[in-house]
Amino acid sequence: MTLVSMNVNGKTFAREIEDRTGLADFLREDCNLTATHLGCEHGVCGACSVMIDGLLARACLKFAVQCAGRDVQTLEGFETDATMGALRRAFHEEHALQCGFCTSGMLISARDLLLRQPQPTESDIRDALAGNICRCTGYSGIVRAVQLAAVRLTEIGG
Amino acid sequence: MKAAPFHYARAASLHAALDALAAGPEALVISGGQSLAPLLNLRMTLCDTIVDIGGLTELQACWQTDHATLIGAGVTHAMIEDGLTPDPAHGMLRRAAGKIAYRAVRCQGTIGGSLAMADPAADWPCILLALGATAILRSALGERRVALDDLLVGVYETSLRPGEIIQALEIPNLPPQARAASAKISRKTGAFANSMVAVVLNGESSRAVLGAAGPRATILPHVSAALASGSPLDQITGLVTRDVADILPEPDPYLQSLHETNVRRALLEVFAP
Repeated sequence: MTLVSMNVNGKTFAREIEDRTGLADFLREDCNLTATHLGCEHGVCGACSVMIDGLLARACLKFAVQCAGRDVQTLEGFETDATMGALRRAFHEEHALQCGFCTSGMLISARDLLLRQPQPTESDIRDALAGNICRCTGYSGIVRAVQLAAVRLTEIGG
Repeated sequence: MKAAPFHYARAASLHAALDALAAGPEALVISGGQSLAPLLNLRMTLCDTIVDIGGLTELQACWQTDHATLIGAGVTHAMIEDGLTPDPAHGMLRRAAGKIAYRAVRCQGTIGGSLAMADPAADWPCILLALGATAILRSALGERRVALDDLLVGVYETSLRPGEIIQALEIPNLPPQARAASAKISRKTGAFANSMVAVVLNGESSRAVLGAAGPRATILPHVSAALASGSPLDQITGLVTRDVADILPEPDPYLQSLHETNVRRALLEVFAP
């Protein structure tokens, strides 16, 4: 067992865990932050997407000990984030979720795209979300929602 | 699946990591972990100790001389994609980096890790072999330099010795008149390649390399010789069929056609005006 301390959404979480504990399990079980979903657990589905030190990552492909002393942001940490707010509203309006299992990962990946590329084409959006699988297959609504959020954010920014 | 129990040690420096490896022969090195973590989670790989070299700044150093560019093994695909590293190949590294897996994987996975993993379908082994790169390896015993062609052995197999870590890649700078292109065919955006090709048109150093066809990325000998001798494009494309057939483990009309198409795409790109 190792004492692991990391900053999650601005708060310090220190827990005694096994070295083999995955970051996603740490977030869900030890921090009680359950927006991070575990689908495939081997880096294919994208449902567990989080930010580590400001960089997009899959929480199933990191061990929690690797993140000791680092900053982790989960979906819960974007409550007051303007880009995430625009995406949340657009996802609601464009019916970009059905069962909701993939939604956390979709939102995190879409926000990361919009911050790097504020005016993406449809093809850019589809490429950026290729690593997030929606098994309800509601991709059209998801792509429309990201486009809508991008337009609104650009209008505000401009 | 969850990983079996292991002991984790974060190395404070490359030197400390080498000492840890020398002490424990059953230790594995992890950096981005984008290949190793799933293998551990699926329990396809087991180990006593994991030595973490992720984020060591000394492994992310890059510099350029008149002849070559050195890229630290700990540089992530995203750093190359974002243009944060020098590019000795007229932008080929940057273009190729942006097509590796997904952004979440590119932000964590490293160029050195990709080489050490030696997946037959991976992008970097194919591209770095075409560029004639050399891997700089470090162990507690010192430094060893190994050309990519000698580093890549087989499926997930390299000539890295126990206790060795890839420190950096040395890539010859392409002269201004040289051309370079890579081409990739995947079933889905971000998936591993079904065919991976890199072509460098640079006088006697010209090379065409095919990945995802045999157990490792392999130089196409006749195509490369024709490129090096300055043959025209139509003559070179005539040699593709034979080189691809020699690499495929057994005749397969679909794979033959897939790889030929991909090689021709890359050739067309380097010969484009």
